[in-house]
Amino acid sequence: MIKLQLPISEAAIRELKMGDEVLISGLMVTARDAAHKYIHENWPDWLKPIMENSMIYHCGPVVKKHEDGSWSFVAAGPTTSIREEPYEAAVMEYYKVRAVIGKGGMGEKTLAGLAKSGGVYLHAIGGLAASLAKSVVKVKDVYMLEELGVPEAFWHIEVKEFPAVVTMDSHGGSLHKSIKAHSDEVAKKLIFG
Amino acid sequence: MFQYDERKLKDQLLELIRLAATDLPKDVVESIQAAHTDEPEGSAAKSVFGMILKNIELARAESTPICQDTGTNIYLVYIPEGVGMRKLTSLIKEATAEAVDKSYLRPNAVDSLTGKNSGNNIGEGQPFIHFEEWDNDFIEFKLMLKGGGCENVSTQYKLPDVGLGAGRDLDGVYKVIVDAVNQAQGLGCAPGILGIGIGGDRAASHLGAKTQLFRKMTDTNSNPDLAVLETKLKGDLNKLGVGPMGFGGNTTVMGVKMGSMHRLPASFFVSISYMCWAYRRHSMTLNIKGEVSYD
Repeated sequence: MIKLQLPISEAAIRELKMGDEVLISGLMVTARDAAHKYIHENWPDWLKPIMENSMIYHCGPVVKKHEDGSWSFVAAGPTTSIREEPYEAAVMEYYKVRAVIGKGGMGEKTLAGLAKSGGVYLHAIGGLAASLAKSVVKVKDVYMLEELGVPEAFWHIEVKEFPAVVTMDSHGGSLHKSIKAHSDEVAKKLIFG
Repeated sequence: MFQYDERKLKDQLLELIRLAATDLPKDVVESIQAAHTDEPEGSAAKSVFGMILKNIELARAESTPICQDTGTNIYLVYIPEGVGMRKLTSLIKEATAEAVDKSYLRPNAVDSLTGKNSGNNIGEGQPFIHFEEWDNDFIEFKLMLKGGGCENVSTQYKLPDVGLGAGRDLDGVYKVIVDAVNQAQGLGCAPGILGIGIGGDRAASHLGAKTQLFRKMTDTNSNPDLAVLETKLKGDLNKLGVGPMGFGGNTTVMGVKMGSMHRLPASFFVSISYMCWAYRRHSMTLNIKGEVSYD
């Protein structure tokens, strides 16, 4: 198990390899479909200090608002990442984001982007919402809550020992590609005999 | 005439929602335990199943959602003759909004035209409620929470399918299902449970597929041909090696549930409703004395 502390350098991220299990601590930000669309249309400066050498978490949480106005995460597993495929490589390069955390993996465009700008794809376990919410120790801030709604807002969170697996690295390795290549062969035999 | 206490029923429905969101049914947990046992020590699949089992326990103990995507809330409601559907619909909606306040459900209803989240999980077509009248003297509410990831990999085929060599028979049905699960990989939060609807028009076919997902994991199809095919598919699909979350492993699907309906001579649809491992479904019966029981 490799411990990663955020912010993290490009060099440290390039050391990670497909299959590495990691525990992440530090500040990161959630962003999913509407947030990525918004970034791609506006490229806002206010995201720079939040994202540089940090990570984007593909997550639309269940949250709780406390009487003092503060928030906490109640359920916070990953959402499917491939929907951000059109945007992610450009977002990571522009903001120097060192990893995205999600589920299901991403495609060729992102894989090439990881190699170019120095990043990894981290797979969290889908449906692990109760456990992963425990790893979110603090909600530091929330941006664009009114415009985007709870699941789609940018939640700036502090995590502690958040578990994930490197399934795409900066050297062209993708677990998703190798699993698919194997299952394609099996499916072909089952379908065509 | 069947009567009930509206305020009480709203609270009873809220409890049904809480159970569905936070408490995975026993038959599903047992399937996941079996899948965990079936993976070799030290494998990624074993470790994933271990974390999944811990998460299930934690969600139940703390009454928090198993998955943050609390999904489309799909209700099948069976009512005795004369029970009004509009009143029940409004009570379900009231309980739904309260469940959002209590963080059992995420506000999950987004206006498709404006992108605006309604904030209380209620909107046009949300929650989804399907009523049927029956001869029993009690009401049954069946509820399933089906997340977006697995709904997005659900699909529909039209036979014949030339590319897959799938004709208009059960062998053709088999082929398109293998293709669908292979295409889905881990994206629907594997291992999945498949609800299959054969026949119907496009809409009825999808609804038929979803309805199959209300069956128990352990039951046997009453149609002998489909019973054989369900078992064969489960065995063969697990040869794909997709495994939990697509990390590779022995269990890619935990169950296959199939049903058929009549079709037009010109149409032959096969609908595949992929349900994630967080297979959240519970039911509640309400008898004439106002007593409820949950399953």
